[in-house]
Amino acid sequence: MNVVFWAYVLIAPIVIGEALFALWPLAQSIYLSFTSWGVFGQVRWTGLENYSQLLEDPEVYSALRNTIVIAVASVFGSVSIATFLAVLLNVGVRGTSVYRVLLFLPVVTMPAASAMVWKWLYNSDIGLLNSALSVVGIDGPAWLTDKSYALWSVVIVTIWNEIGIGMIILLAGLQGVPKSLHEAAHLDGAGPVATFFFVTLPLLTPTLFFVVVTSTIGAFQMFDAIFLMIGPEGYALDSAQNLIFLFYKQGFIIGDKGYAAAIVLVLFLIIALVTALQFWLQKRWVHYE
Amino acid sequence: MTTAKPPVNYSHLLVHIVLIPVCIIMVIPFIWMVLTAFKTLAEATAIPVQIFPSSLRWENFVRLFESFNFGTMYTNSIVATVLRVTAQVSFAAMAGYAFARLRFPGRDIIFAVLLSVMMIPPVLYLIPKFLLMAQLGWVNTLQGYVVPGFTSAFGTFLLRQFFKTLPEELSEAAKLDGCGPVRTFFWIMLPLAKPGLVAFGIFSILWSWNELLWPLIILNSPEKMTLSVGLATMEGEYVSDYPVMMAGAVLAVMPMIVMFFIFQRQFIEGIALTGSKS
Repeated sequence: MNVVFWAYVLIAPIVIGEALFALWPLAQSIYLSFTSWGVFGQVRWTGLENYSQLLEDPEVYSALRNTIVIAVASVFGSVSIATFLAVLLNVGVRGTSVYRVLLFLPVVTMPAASAMVWKWLYNSDIGLLNSALSVVGIDGPAWLTDKSYALWSVVIVTIWNEIGIGMIILLAGLQGVPKSLHEAAHLDGAGPVATFFFVTLPLLTPTLFFVVVTSTIGAFQMFDAIFLMIGPEGYALDSAQNLIFLFYKQGFIIGDKGYAAAIVLVLFLIIALVTALQFWLQKRWVHYE
Repeated sequence: MTTAKPPVNYSHLLVHIVLIPVCIIMVIPFIWMVLTAFKTLAEATAIPVQIFPSSLRWENFVRLFESFNFGTMYTNSIVATVLRVTAQVSFAAMAGYAFARLRFPGRDIIFAVLLSVMMIPPVLYLIPKFLLMAQLGWVNTLQGYVVPGFTSAFGTFLLRQFFKTLPEELSEAAKLDGCGPVRTFFWIMLPLAKPGLVAFGIFSILWSWNELLWPLIILNSPEKMTLSVGLATMEGEYVSDYPVMMAGAVLAVMPMIVMFFIFQRQFIEGIALTGSKS
């Protein structure tokens, strides 16, 4: 009895907090997605109108396309680079901890600050990147305002940001691969490359799966880099904005909170579907012992 | 006495040859941030690019505090981070312990609901959370920014896993000595859970300090803004003063980098921990 009472006291803050700021808002969001917001804040029940509007909105389709491109490209880029770096660090060369620290630095950096520098590096006239390119005779583009580059500029920054986390988790996974297996492969005459692909990589797949799933969920919700580097008034915004950004624009700049709620719910469904698909596909490539 | 020179390990050499340029590329934004922060505007915008400042322009940092609300924003960020992290860690530890060690009706259902909350993207809550804050009159206030961030389902989950790994006999022994659940928590469990608390605390600090979207929505006047929002909206006011902006960026990222250097091991173990626990 006493224990039960104290148990409820101990969990009370979390339960109240999550109920007020997660569960209730979730229910509210679903309700809001069936309403329309007038200019003066009057709310009207409109049924499925937001969803039918969404299906006909070309901006939604281009944002969906951008969401997928950003997610696929940044997850693929960051996870493959992170795996490569983790394997190199696992060799155990001198100065490994220094390398690890340097590669991890972007993870702890405030996005508002790093985006500012990236914008400066990307600057088409006086930026470091185009200056470096001009040395080798390439006339660099306007990275953030050219519609065919803006999205990729955002992807590069996202990859830069994400490599460190994946690398650390994969390094921990690699350290769990028994050394004896490497020695056995070596004795069987396998070179380092063959050992990696036939021994290390299969044993690393559970860790890789975890990194891919979590970074995909994160990449679908990427907001900071687009907001900070392209900006709500950016010339190339259409070619780079994803669903989260569209949600922000509709909900907090234009002020149609009902439509914004519908957009974010659709995004949630997409994330849930993609995650389920990844779990379903995992038996094809993930090896559990 | 002479020491024999170790033979050159070519595979190690190859690793260095690959890692050094990769690290340089990864670190360039930081180097450029610091170098630009000390330049004059003319040096920063010179063509061809001038890499080093001719002298260290500390006045860029001074100007940041004089003509921009930087001191206030810095204080706001510190206050908000301290409040949120203290609340998040204490509440998550309390609940994590209860879920791991106490038996009470509804425990598994409540925990399952918390777990599912963790799966839902937080942006889904933004609009209703904002509307709730508006009803309370908390828009553009410190409490409006921090209170919704007092609890963390992720932290609760992480610390529950941590409490589960502590030996059962300890709480049994405490019980025999007449310790109730609360005293057991404070005197026995909490000290043992310190590595878990530190790991979660570090993440909590990092997220709170760097967060952009929620403070961007809820805070709108410069004297209430946190650093993240301040930097994001700074450009409008100081469109071309890049050195001053970079000085701001340097000061904004500094605390987290220093914390990372101090708590490197905990950081890295914490991430590996979340990787294996989930």
